[in-house]
Amino acid sequence: MDIIVEGLLKAFHLLFSLDREVLTIAVLSLQVSGLATMISLFLGISCGTAVALTEFPGRNLVVSIINAGMALPPVVVGLFVTVFLWRNGPFGFLELLYTPTAMVIAQAIIATPIVMGISLAAMQSLPKKLRLQILALGATRLQMLWILMREARLPLLAAVMAGFGGVISEVGASIMVGGNIMGYSRVLTTATVMETSRGNFDVAIALSIILLLFVFLINLVLTLVQQRERPR
Amino acid sequence: MQKGPIHKIILTILAFIIIICGIPGPVAAAEQKTIILATTTSTQDSGLLDVLIPQFEKKTGYFVKTISVGSGQAMAMGQKGEADVLLVHSPAAEQKLVASGVGINRRLVMHNDFIIVGPPADPAKIKGIKSTTEAFKKIASANSLFLSRGDNSGTHAKEKEVWKAAGINQEKEKWYQQTGLGMGQTLNVAAEKKGYTLADRGTYLALKKNLGLEILNEGDAILLNIYHVIEINPAKWPKTNVAGGKALADFMLSRQTQDVIKTFGGDKFGGALFFPDAGKKVEELGK
Repeated sequence: MDIIVEGLLKAFHLLFSLDREVLTIAVLSLQVSGLATMISLFLGISCGTAVALTEFPGRNLVVSIINAGMALPPVVVGLFVTVFLWRNGPFGFLELLYTPTAMVIAQAIIATPIVMGISLAAMQSLPKKLRLQILALGATRLQMLWILMREARLPLLAAVMAGFGGVISEVGASIMVGGNIMGYSRVLTTATVMETSRGNFDVAIALSIILLLFVFLINLVLTLVQQRERPR
Repeated sequence: MQKGPIHKIILTILAFIIIICGIPGPVAAAEQKTIILATTTSTQDSGLLDVLIPQFEKKTGYFVKTISVGSGQAMAMGQKGEADVLLVHSPAAEQKLVASGVGINRRLVMHNDFIIVGPPADPAKIKGIKSTTEAFKKIASANSLFLSRGDNSGTHAKEKEVWKAAGINQEKEKWYQQTGLGMGQTLNVAAEKKGYTLADRGTYLALKKNLGLEILNEGDAILLNIYHVIEINPAKWPKTNVAGGKALADFMLSRQTQDVIKTFGGDKFGGALFFPDAGKKVEELGK
């Protein structure tokens, strides 16, 4: 128990003394996961919507692949991204391995199916007749899409939360493709793993608390937006 | 009619994200000439590299990407040309890497030692036995729980070497469990399960206060833990940063660095964690 109290105290200390190293780590976590989430939103919502609103042969197979992708294990993604980015691998010329960019790529791959799966379910749950009605009222296709997304905004915000939550808390891929390099590619989760193996349990707990705090605050903002817009 | 507020909120969030993403952070360092150093966890977990690498970067302007993994994985990275220089402690595997022509200019940097730790109750009664192989035989004959790293690290290689020297085939035994984890985690498992394990002294000292494990065997010559630097042969892997790898290896052997190694950890652990050995021969160590 003492160690948890020590960790809590350490967390307060690190946060309020604005410890440089911890700040760098925290900011990088937000940058990498924020960027990865944005990429996944773009890809996930567009593809999810496209699949939800169209009919084509083999659609069930595509939907099951997307749904299975929601459970894509981060270490598997990490391993494949590493192998592809090796300097002697197929994309070695990009010199991206062990950079924050590689972490964004890996995290975007992890988050995209999550966002895609939830958006797909969200768009599909809208009544079919709504589309006809919107089109009958003279909306263009783009306007229709915009209205449908607004209708599905509650589950779409849930997709944002799930995607962001999935990547900011992920450690397997980040440590493999980022390398946990001090002041460069070290994020909250990889730093926690390292401090634990160094036996600095108080620092590890402090970093975890900072991570939890971030996740909570970001979800709080998103939830406020979501609940404010709840259909009454 | 509620269009106004949502837009404002969404725009605020977007602006927030863009601001966060725009903070010129560590991302800018990518353009520097980089060196990939693949090394074992003990050099990183002890904090030694956190002291040495910034000094090297300041002196030379290189940017070092330290990838800290088990020695086995570090050498696999070297074998595939995915690192420029290695700092590892698995002599038999290192010799193979050099023999294959991929590793060049293998040089002795420093040493410390491995220890056998276990629960204070010492169920196999190994305390006081000088020879490590004898101690291992006693653990085996008492069927006492032994935790192995099981991860092809330098420590794991050393442990297998001791079992072999003791003439025991431990792999399939019930009392022999492989964690597949790093040293720190394996020590924690050993502490929780009250088992024996072979550890490097540095990691043990760093974790000691939370463990409740005691040193039960130490000082035998077989327990020497020797660190070498190895550069990667550009003839085999043309993308290697040859100059950078050599500069970092030379730095590890420089007078100044060796002095840092000599005193590192003294104030925190009450004794040095590593002994500098630049220019010595392996046969002279531990005497």
